[in-house]
Amino acid sequence: MNKSGPTRGTNLECEREQRLDQIRQQAEEQGKLRVVSGGPVEAPFPQASAENGYYQLPLLKQPPWTWEIPLYFFVGGAAGAAAVIGAIADYTGAERALVRDARWIAAAGSVISPALLVSDLGRPERFLAMLRVFKPQSPMSVGVWTLLGFSTGSAASAFAGYLRDRYGTSLPLRVLESAGQAASLAFGLPFSNYTGVLIGATAIPVWNRSAASLPLHFGASGLGAAVGLLELLGHRKNRALQALGLGAAIFETLEGVYLESRSDGHLDPIKHGPSGWMARTGGVLAGPIPVLLRTASLFGGQRRSQSLRRLAGWSSIVGSLATRIAWVQAGRASARDWRLPLQQAGG
Amino acid sequence: MSVTAFLTDSTLCIGCKACEVACKEWNGVSEDGFDWSGLSYDNTGSLGASTWRHVKFVEQSPAPGLGGNANEASWTFSSDVCKHCERAGCLEACPTGSIVRTEFGGVFIQPDVCNGCGYCVTACPFGVVERNGKDGRAFKCTFCYDRQKAGLVPACAKACPTESIKFGEIAELREHAHNRVEELRRRGVDDAQIYDPVESGVGGTHAMFIVRGDPRMYNLPPAPEVPTGYLRKAWTSSAVAAGVLLAGTLLAFVFDGRRAHGSRKERR
Repeated sequence: MNKSGPTRGTNLECEREQRLDQIRQQAEEQGKLRVVSGGPVEAPFPQASAENGYYQLPLLKQPPWTWEIPLYFFVGGAAGAAAVIGAIADYTGAERALVRDARWIAAAGSVISPALLVSDLGRPERFLAMLRVFKPQSPMSVGVWTLLGFSTGSAASAFAGYLRDRYGTSLPLRVLESAGQAASLAFGLPFSNYTGVLIGATAIPVWNRSAASLPLHFGASGLGAAVGLLELLGHRKNRALQALGLGAAIFETLEGVYLESRSDGHLDPIKHGPSGWMARTGGVLAGPIPVLLRTASLFGGQRRSQSLRRLAGWSSIVGSLATRIAWVQAGRASARDWRLPLQQAGG
Repeated sequence: MSVTAFLTDSTLCIGCKACEVACKEWNGVSEDGFDWSGLSYDNTGSLGASTWRHVKFVEQSPAPGLGGNANEASWTFSSDVCKHCERAGCLEACPTGSIVRTEFGGVFIQPDVCNGCGYCVTACPFGVVERNGKDGRAFKCTFCYDRQKAGLVPACAKACPTESIKFGEIAELREHAHNRVEELRRRGVDDAQIYDPVESGVGGTHAMFIVRGDPRMYNLPPAPEVPTGYLRKAWTSSAVAAGVLLAGTLLAFVFDGRRAHGSRKERR
């Protein structure tokens, strides 16, 4: 008894020491210990103050979304605008191939979008919990229901159109096709830009300060991407698409100028740092470059015009994707900035 | 059953973290990592998925009478918690209806409904809600809904050894807070004040604080806004964008159709 007592105690102490070493090592690996050893022993304490808040620790939480969400913003925007183009092209009697391709882009989006949205959930198997309520005050709820209507409509119209082309027409197919198309138009209009509302109505300063312009910005970005995709699918002679692409690119150029001209500290993440440069890259690719390429394509021969429009299409698509990534990145940077929420109202 | 609230009085807090421990024990909340922050004796940093009560160790330049007479720094402690806003951003943003208002006035996430979309995280102006990386769902203080249902005081308030965390009927607590600040001021604690953002966008909270000095030192935002307030602007913009898209596409195709039609006629 006397013999085993101290040994046992020593073992326990050993274990404790080992655990402490482990914790030190863990902290060192995570780089957290550097804060402690950052200053010499007699260095002044970090202090809390009205200006520095609580040791400059972020007050807000960063959006927990992973890579799926910016991609979802991109796909949804392009698919929604493509559905609108397809439906209007059909109603105005444009060529059948354009209608068909626009519908396929929308249908592809209607499959990819829900997949991205579901896989970003912390509990993907509980996606259906989204459908137990409809909450107008929650943009996420409105968006999910819009997505549902859009997906059903675009998938139905694309599928019915495919069957009609392949096996000939019949009344049920015609009904399904036109009802699906009407639904994909009705839901595609909000679907192409609601993601701007989604991030605009949050506590993240860079987002909510842009609540009034984000839906327009994202809508134009989606239209540019949809036109670009259709042009890559071969519709490089269509003048209506050219006009839409030009319109979207001009709007994106103006949006860029507007963003750069706003002097609001809350917008720093979209102008400076990695997210700022991403936004600028996306803006130039979606704005001025397609404007120049499309203008140049109006002059000169058919082949030159087509290859310029192909380039403009690529530029708009990449620009649109970069824009969405930039805004999500900027949201994270904005949440990390401890200064903003500590400012007084209107500051 | 009445509408209840917390009043956390930092002038009474001794920084023992019993509230953190009691909360974790009662609610079965996991550990929050073994990180050393180097920021006073606070290695937790902020509220989060696994921290529903958080004691802040607020160190400042030495001020006479503030937190002792140390040469290096003055110390105050304050136990932070979900504010349970009257207009709660998380509740309004939740697309599943998982986040509800309880009969006690608190904001409660139903863990059996939450699907971890993370939207509430972006909607909280106090940075309280967080998605648990391992579990996938969002978590925050439950206002001890289960204990309140059973007529008990929340675990943190029960455990607090100095009654720094007070729990009770909201109107009574508010009155108590005013009396307490008056008393403190009479005693010469001039910088004592109540943090209770009734006038702000969140329309008041069910967690009030008595702090010394500027609330911003405690990371308490001076003007918290409920994000639902931005909806009108954003949906207007969305409607305009949809209208322009519809009109623009129609114009482009109608005009293009006419031109194509015209050129075909000319060719004939």
